[in-house]
Amino acid sequence: MGELAGDKHVKYILSVEKKKDSFESVVMEHLRLNGAYWGLTTLDLLGKLDTVDSDEVVSAAFSGGFGGNIGHDLHLLYTLSAVQVLALFDKLDVLDINKVTDYIRALQNEDGSFSGDIWGEVDTRFSYCAICCLAILKRLDSINVEKAVRYIVSSKLWMAGLVALLVQIFCYVGALAITGSLHHIDKDLLGWWLCERQVKSGGLNGRPEKLADVCYSWWVLSSLIMIDRVHWIDKEKLIKFILDCQDTENGGISDRPDDAVDIFHTYPELKATDPAYALPVDVVNRIFFGRCST
Amino acid sequence: MASSSSSEGEGRRAWVPLASRPEFAGVTPLPQDDGPSPVVAIAYRDDFRETMDYFRSLYSSRELSPRSLLLTSLAISVNPANYTVWHFRRQVLEALGADWTEELGFTEGVAKRNAKNYQLWHHRRWVAEKLGPDAASRELEFTRKIFCLDAKNYHAWSHRQWVLQALGGWEDELDYCAQLLEEDVFNNSAWNQRYFVITKSPSLGGLNAMRDSEVDYAIEAIHANPENESPWRYLRGLYNDENEAWLNDSRVHSACLRVLKAKRNFKFALSTLLDLLGLGFKPNQEIKDAITSLRTSDLGEAGSDSDLANSICSILGLEDPMRANYWTWRKQQASSSS
Repeated sequence: MGELAGDKHVKYILSVEKKKDSFESVVMEHLRLNGAYWGLTTLDLLGKLDTVDSDEVVSAAFSGGFGGNIGHDLHLLYTLSAVQVLALFDKLDVLDINKVTDYIRALQNEDGSFSGDIWGEVDTRFSYCAICCLAILKRLDSINVEKAVRYIVSSKLWMAGLVALLVQIFCYVGALAITGSLHHIDKDLLGWWLCERQVKSGGLNGRPEKLADVCYSWWVLSSLIMIDRVHWIDKEKLIKFILDCQDTENGGISDRPDDAVDIFHTYPELKATDPAYALPVDVVNRIFFGRCST
Repeated sequence: MASSSSSEGEGRRAWVPLASRPEFAGVTPLPQDDGPSPVVAIAYRDDFRETMDYFRSLYSSRELSPRSLLLTSLAISVNPANYTVWHFRRQVLEALGADWTEELGFTEGVAKRNAKNYQLWHHRRWVAEKLGPDAASRELEFTRKIFCLDAKNYHAWSHRQWVLQALGGWEDELDYCAQLLEEDVFNNSAWNQRYFVITKSPSLGGLNAMRDSEVDYAIEAIHANPENESPWRYLRGLYNDENEAWLNDSRVHSACLRVLKAKRNFKFALSTLLDLLGLGFKPNQEIKDAITSLRTSDLGEAGSDSDLANSICSILGLEDPMRANYWTWRKQQASSSS
């Protein structure tokens, strides 16, 4: 079996910002904070977070919530990315936690759902972002958790098992995991649906008859871990698939073997990651149990 | 890696700097303030930078004018996922009293290269809402075009389902699903839509009325391709919350038997029988024999697994080794409940 080319991936991530005229650098402009989260978490998992100057990262302006980039409206998706990035550097104390909490709380609607921003788009992804963010900040009690859970549970994830986008499943499961509400899920049924995503190559697809994609390793695996059914997939075959997606020359990981790499697929081995918070396990331990990372 | 001379290049060759365009005279571009030590800084192209500098200017002064509308079009073309730009565009459209039909045309242009963009679909729904039920047929036609390029585009399916429920247009939907399944019987999205139609369409009578014919439809698809996951799930879904009826519909276990006898692609047939057994199904001798005959020599003597469910799990553990742990667990479940 091949190996994870850790050093090459570090080099790739650090080089991504320098590509002028690159198509991706432009169309992902709104995802800058999100891209920072993916890249930095990867670096941390590879043990190389210290290659980035933490003060520089943390010195970005704060105004309560966060937008995808400077000049973008505040949005829940990026607020989560920002909080996760700060958690990586153990710098949550630079936040005005009350302001962030107020921002998120104001986005909860009467039916328990969350809007992504003040302009109103509602989606269970935003429920997850709100819940994860507030949990990291230890302010989960500032929202109506019961209503939030009720809304999530009622969102039609399943229609006779012919179903949803994997990211929706991850958000659904993650939100329920963080709020201690996993008993609402038929874990056996969902576990079966998820383990059926593994195809011959060992990779995971998103829906029946679709291609495997390495990013589904994250969405599916973390969901399976949270519902305690991860042993239902073939781990060795999945690892082989992921390793085959590496560009061992220039670093980076692509969606499937032989495709081009990009920073959003370069999110490696999951054993060191907490599935509900999408952060390295030692970071989560530090947040909730005050242990220092070694 | 996509190069900068992709289809994006066309727009850029014709690029006229905003500073020299008369319609933007008097606008002072507002550069992005990254602070003194920018992190994960992006190396923007010049046309991108200029467009966004002008956008920031008009956005910060809240100018709701025709040139602002034009600027949002330019900003969307350089980054169609900038949700702030889309939101500002909506404010401008409302202030100017937009031609909503024309706006639909604008989104169609964006969709040509960005059919999976969340902001696009959010905007499209917003415009369609403005037009109301009159927009239904155009929305169905629009999503139909998207499906010609990608029959599984989740955003388009979500939009289509919203259109049907909010604006109407159910009449031809079942036929449309049938057509898509004729083109590709493995299209899970089409099966999903079919289920949506038979359960939600106001003109079909609901699941109970449709169940009988749909069972035949699903079984026909199963026999054509027993390895096709979708019709099996669809069949199960037809009996959602109706376990007794599912158990007693002889067409279901007969279909399983027929697949078993062919001795190929029998995974879903076996797992369906396993589910049925779990609910108290009493198989006839023919089914028992069919299962037994699938046991390979690895599994040893047939007599050692007198429990049929146990037998099925053993076979599946070998047939579907990637999910061996799952089938072991099913075996444990089966023994503990018997």
